Amino acid sequence: MSTETAAKTVDVKGQNCPMPVIKTKGAFDDVPAGETLEVVATDSGSLSDIKGWAESTADAELLDQQETEEGGEAVYKHYIKKVE
Amino acid sequence: MSTDATAGSDADRSPEELAELQAQVEALETELADLRSDVENGPKKMVIIATKGTLDMAYPPLILASTAAAFGYDVTVFHTFWGLEILHEDNSKNLQLSSVGNPNMPVPNAIAALPGMDRVTTRMMRNKIADNEVASIEELIDVSLESGVDLQACQMTIDLLGYDEDDFYDGVTTGVGAASAFQEMVEADIQLLV
Repeated sequence: MSTETAAKTVDVKGQNCPMPVIKTKGAFDDVPAGETLEVVATDSGSLSDIKGWAESTADAELLDQQETEEGGEAVYKHYIKKVE
Repeated sequence: MSTDATAGSDADRSPEELAELQAQVEALETELADLRSDVENGPKKMVIIATKGTLDMAYPPLILASTAAAFGYDVTVFHTFWGLEILHEDNSKNLQLSSVGNPNMPVPNAIAALPGMDRVTTRMMRNKIADNEVASIEELIDVSLESGVDLQACQMTIDLLGYDEDDFYDGVTTGVGAASAFQEMVEADIQLLV
């Protein structure tokens, strides 16, 4: 899964719990059905928080979670598809 | 035997009576299916009663409320007593913290009780909050209201503490009391007292 295929990206770098999930939910509401949302976070808790949110949200399917590094800082990327 | 009696009574029923019974069973089945779908698909509800107004205790209700809203819950936070400070536009920016009675803080009680120490402790905590990029109380109130959380200010304690309805953030519900909070708790899936 690459960023090119995501219809929308929400950047929550530098934001801590509970903001990544709240911003994810807000952005996901605007994603059309069948499209994918990319969430970019630096909060390590976002791995479990966004996974849990996607599991509890009927039209959200967590496609992938990636742990990368940007400028020496850990960055977590989440890809959530809005199922039809 | 009871089974014989049942069989006998069924046999005695007229076709009209049987048709009526069948219609009743069908109506009940429909009602049950509707109820089941309400329970399974209807929005879930959480009610939090927020009673504390210190800097540390202001966070849990707001974090949980905004998170539950992101999970699709209908959320009400009923603020009473010192919990009102969280919704008070001026006071919420100046919530305090004390080391007194908190053995987890690195200051002995005898020193923590000295005048001015609460301000020191509060500044320490605020610096930590900023360093860890944790949202401010004001930001959490904004996102809670934006995501549809009903932030309620208990009318009795507004009067008791001498506040005015205009002292609170725009969007805060006033004019509510224990009865309406209780009613919401009865209907809620999750009820918490913080």
